[in-house]
Amino acid sequence: MTKTMPKFLPWLLGSALTLGVSLAHAADTIKVGVLHSLSGTMAISETTLKDTVLMLIDAQNKKGGLLGKKLEAVVVDPASNWPLFAEKARELLQKDKVAAVFGCWTSVSRKSVLPVFEELNGILFYPVQYEGEESSKNVFYTGAAPNQQAIPAVDYLMNDLEVKRWVLAGTDYVYPRTTNKILEAYLKAKGVKAEDIMINYTPFGHSDWQSIVAEIKKFGAAGKKTAVVSTINGDANVPFYKELGNQGVSAQDIPVVAFSVGEEELSGIDTKPLVGHLAAWNYFMSIKDKSNDAFIKDWHAFIKNDKRVTNDPMEAHYIGFNMWVKAVEKAKTTDPDKVIDAMIGIEAPNLTGGVAKMLPNHHLTKPVYIGEIQADGQFDVVWQTKGLVEGDAWSDYLPGSKDIIADWTDPKIKCGNYNTVTKTCSSQNYK
Amino acid sequence: MPSRPLIRAGFLTLALAWLALLAIGPAHAADDAAARTLLAQLREADFSGKTALIEQLAALDHPRIATALKALADSRLYYQEAGNRVVIGSGDGADIAIEDAVSGAALGQISKRDLDRITTNNRLRTLIENRLASLGLASADPEQRKAAVEAFLKNPDPTESERLRARLSVETDSEIKELLAMSLALADLASPDAAVRVQGATTLGGQLRSELRGPLTKMAAEDNDSTAREAARIALARTQFRLQLLGWAETLFFGLSLGSVLILAAIGLAVTFGVMGVINMAHGELMMLGAYTTWLTQQYLPVNWSLPVAVPLAFLVAALVGIAIERSVIRFLYGRPLETLLATFGVSLILQQAVRSIFSPLNRSVASPDWMSGVIALGPLEVTLNRLIIIGFCIAVFALLWLALQRTRLGLEVRAVAQNRAMARAMGVRSARVDALTFGLGSGIAGVAGVALSQLTNVGPNLGQSYIVDSFMVVVFGGVGNLWGTMVAGLSLGIANKLLEPWSGAVLAKIVVLVFLILFIQKRPRGLFPQRGRAAEI
Amino acid sequence: MRLPAWLLSDRAGLALLTALTVLAIGVPALNLLLPTDHPLHLSAYTITLIGKYLCYALLAVSVDLVWGYMGILSLGHAAFFALGGYCFGMYLMRQIGARGVYGNSELPDFMVFLNWSELPWYWYGFDQFWFAALMVLIVPGLLAFVFGWFAFRSRVSGVYLSIITQALTYALMLAFFRNEMGFGGNNGLTDFKEVLGFSLHADGTRIVLFALSALALAGGYLACRWLVSTRLGRVLVAIRDSEDRARFLGYRVERVKALVFTFSAMLAGVAGALYVPQVGIINPGEFAPLNSIEAVIWVAVGGRGTLVGAVVGAVLVNYAKTWLTGALPEVWLFALGGLFVAVTLLLPRGLIALWRRREATA
Repeated sequence: MTKTMPKFLPWLLGSALTLGVSLAHAADTIKVGVLHSLSGTMAISETTLKDTVLMLIDAQNKKGGLLGKKLEAVVVDPASNWPLFAEKARELLQKDKVAAVFGCWTSVSRKSVLPVFEELNGILFYPVQYEGEESSKNVFYTGAAPNQQAIPAVDYLMNDLEVKRWVLAGTDYVYPRTTNKILEAYLKAKGVKAEDIMINYTPFGHSDWQSIVAEIKKFGAAGKKTAVVSTINGDANVPFYKELGNQGVSAQDIPVVAFSVGEEELSGIDTKPLVGHLAAWNYFMSIKDKSNDAFIKDWHAFIKNDKRVTNDPMEAHYIGFNMWVKAVEKAKTTDPDKVIDAMIGIEAPNLTGGVAKMLPNHHLTKPVYIGEIQADGQFDVVWQTKGLVEGDAWSDYLPGSKDIIADWTDPKIKCGNYNTVTKTCSSQNYK
Repeated sequence: MPSRPLIRAGFLTLALAWLALLAIGPAHAADDAAARTLLAQLREADFSGKTALIEQLAALDHPRIATALKALADSRLYYQEAGNRVVIGSGDGADIAIEDAVSGAALGQISKRDLDRITTNNRLRTLIENRLASLGLASADPEQRKAAVEAFLKNPDPTESERLRARLSVETDSEIKELLAMSLALADLASPDAAVRVQGATTLGGQLRSELRGPLTKMAAEDNDSTAREAARIALARTQFRLQLLGWAETLFFGLSLGSVLILAAIGLAVTFGVMGVINMAHGELMMLGAYTTWLTQQYLPVNWSLPVAVPLAFLVAALVGIAIERSVIRFLYGRPLETLLATFGVSLILQQAVRSIFSPLNRSVASPDWMSGVIALGPLEVTLNRLIIIGFCIAVFALLWLALQRTRLGLEVRAVAQNRAMARAMGVRSARVDALTFGLGSGIAGVAGVALSQLTNVGPNLGQSYIVDSFMVVVFGGVGNLWGTMVAGLSLGIANKLLEPWSGAVLAKIVVLVFLILFIQKRPRGLFPQRGRAAEI
Repeated sequence: MRLPAWLLSDRAGLALLTALTVLAIGVPALNLLLPTDHPLHLSAYTITLIGKYLCYALLAVSVDLVWGYMGILSLGHAAFFALGGYCFGMYLMRQIGARGVYGNSELPDFMVFLNWSELPWYWYGFDQFWFAALMVLIVPGLLAFVFGWFAFRSRVSGVYLSIITQALTYALMLAFFRNEMGFGGNNGLTDFKEVLGFSLHADGTRIVLFALSALALAGGYLACRWLVSTRLGRVLVAIRDSEDRARFLGYRVERVKALVFTFSAMLAGVAGALYVPQVGIINPGEFAPLNSIEAVIWVAVGGRGTLVGAVVGAVLVNYAKTWLTGALPEVWLFALGGLFVAVTLLLPRGLIALWRRREATA
């Protein structure tokens, strides 16, 4: 430990230095806000994204910056505290006057900063798969909407693995609740009976899975192929998978397809008992593509550790950042209104050999991949969508939102929640 | 009885060994070329194409096929573009050792990025497992035969029932005979003759294996013959009754296991809080240090040996940190228990951030040793081995602590200082030293608890926080200063939680238990086993 | 007008009240009168930030009243704060009306997408300001009274009481996390639009809310200061110093304790109600046991049993947090943790003791 203790000293110096530098060069740089938790419960996922943005900014500066100016990152720590997210967002926009913010992970953090971005007319790039049911003028959703992750995964299980019985297990918060509502409606529309669907919610960080796994085993012993669709959140996954492994539930018996488990989460688990379980994402580190290889190489060089993995939200930031750069170049200014208008229709390469396009509803086109967990903590792609799937902000499978669409270009609509029946928008005027 | 995954792994290796033996014989070994062609085709084929190729490969009488198929199932089969050949990789990391899939010749180390892995999926894995299993049925080794039959039970295949029947007539091992009969009955359920199906269902009634329940349930619901449906229903009802009983036993076990985790988390606190009156908010972080010690140990030792080494190491690390905290902070605060709360809360923030800075905020992967994975049968009840070991571990830690406090000189001094500090000092007890050691002991036990937790949950900077509230509850419920109280409290809270969980869900169960605790403390303000006399006043 | 003696002798308190008056007048003036590019101009960001500190300060005062003067270390005071916040948040939620994203005038958005068909009964009445304002006092007060009455009657005290207050807030946190409860689950209540018809995003509303927070803090402080200067206050201290002695002297200890505990919970509720419109969100995270511990730490840092110290501690620690999370995002926990340790070890009577000491020597 003695060797590593002085490790924070350079930071102290570094932080002091960047502070000094930022004061000196405030005028001739473009500031970019990074709003990811560096402490508290979400630090585990979000710290990597902060580093990703820093890497992208660094790379852009090496290419000569943007509009002839250098980019400058402003990093703050909202400490996994939701009201603090709103406060820090205000600080970034009002005090630091950043041109764009890359940040947030949980839905609640996004909901918390949303009014601030709309009031102060900022730009937020949100890189995580989420429950949908939202389209704000000031937010660009670079992660997957439910139709870009959950529905294709269920299709795969239904058609390729002939799954007939479904366990929808999730952490009790809005993303699993909504996703499961959508999936339940979707499954019923496909003729699955109510008694063949089991829904289970657990609290955050749930660590004792004995009873629930035993129940899943019982549910799976009814003579029909059973699968678990898991929207279990980050921390609770490790004990869940450990319990599955220990109770002898293998992927051949009851496969688990997860929407919140990626390479980074797996790096904290002994994956040998998990081989064959599935995950649905829009990117896997194992996908062979030149741009992906280069990205991984850059990441390893930047983080100075060639064991670190890459994951889907990192790709989302990669796409989002490059789109923002293109939009600013196109608008020739960082003025939010102009950049927001320029963003729509912008295309940027993703890391799997395709091109992502920003749609009028502020979501992206994405390919969907299903991967099987391997013993080395990576995923093997076993299925993928034929083409790109367009992100749908408002699910067609929820009664409340099936009539709602988002379109920020059509002059007749120009809002995030246009009701096609009543032909109105609501709640878009904050001023 | 060994665990399920173990069986699967064991049986695959055995099947391999047996195949290798076969290969030594003269046999009409298919030429390497055919094997090479088929393997090479695997690379380009889609999953249905691979199914056909695997069937063809399994039909080949070639000594290396089993090895290659097993490698495919384990995702260790690669195509090497440079040599235009299929190879088998072994080892972890970016560079792996490879050997030729057909000849078995070693080809040295190579970077994984230069290899194309031949992908597989769950269906192919099942297929490979079955094909390798059918070869193991005639083995001389009973373990291997048993494993083969187990595989049939898992994935019944009516086309194989003749082979099973033939085996049953010559089998001598009674356990395997029973399994064979069960497999045959299971195969009977798919028979076109209703009478045979009824016969099969009757044989299977009352059997507890979960593989059997599925086909029976299906038959009870979907069979077009009413007598067959009825037979299946009766068989299931017999199973159901036994399952109900087992379910209760299972819940009890789950409760015991949760209770033992609570006890482990709380018992160190029972020493520092209960005996010394120090509210140590950094207790959870000391457990976290124990868990990180386990992770560090695994970096240098093989997984199977790491835990026995990690336990004393974690004790030492946490105890030293504990003593450092006591010497630098807590000793100035004796007699002011509520202020220790504030100072140790500060310490807990520092420890958390320190771990985050040193080890990164990401979770660390702590592997479970083989001897702790899988399930074990206690009579008809199957329990997970790691939980069982943790229950045992908890009892051992408790017993050792009890002995240390009751039978050693230090224990005597600790109890003396706890009861009456001034009097103990007057009798010549060096109370400062005793305080430091007591705190070290409590902290060390927290570290040991961390080793156990590393087997169950995330090892990360937030590990401590998730247990701190629970552990305080356990200590207070049991009665501060009473180790037995902690034990009883932990067990009863664990069991209560698990009894409630099935009908209320995990969250409500926890809330109900907390509300009960609040009410209980209102009724009996000093816990289950209150301390009497002056020492009770904190 | 002559100030009453109990206030006149309280020099620190007078200084605090003066400071609050200056803040309540000065801050809006700096925002409204100066042009936005003036270096002394206060942005809405700074105003809501200070407003938030003031709410925390009121919470700290309520903690100090029970801890500093009655000896009850409540590790669950944030629960009362959050309950007050939820009551007011429910009012704000109902004010959104049909301007939610689904345009449903009856149900809040989170109920619409979770397919709730009608408003649960406990949401009735919260569309009225007066009702919500009343509930802000009644809900935390009632909980505190019931909880306190039983606990104090059974003579639960010391660490036992601390731990069960912690259990209380923890149980409430878990309960509010549940989406079935109908309080928005993990996301809580957010996306507020207006209060009493005034937009929450207008600077004017912010300034009024800020001034109200300053007023509430001053009022809360005065009420507590008055309370501890009365005969009841002396009884409180007597209970703190020796509960049994007070009981033998004939005081109904449990009644006094339950009364003051309830009053303190109501103060915390008011603080929460003012906090919510300023930060724009209330969610179950506010119930986290850590928050309650933090509130206690503000009091300890400032100086326990002084009331002024609670305010000073709350403002200073939160300012430090704001500054450090921005300036040193990766090491701020070291600094904060170090501060707590240092204060308990070196300044057992809090920062306020420094000032007192100087005053004594002067």
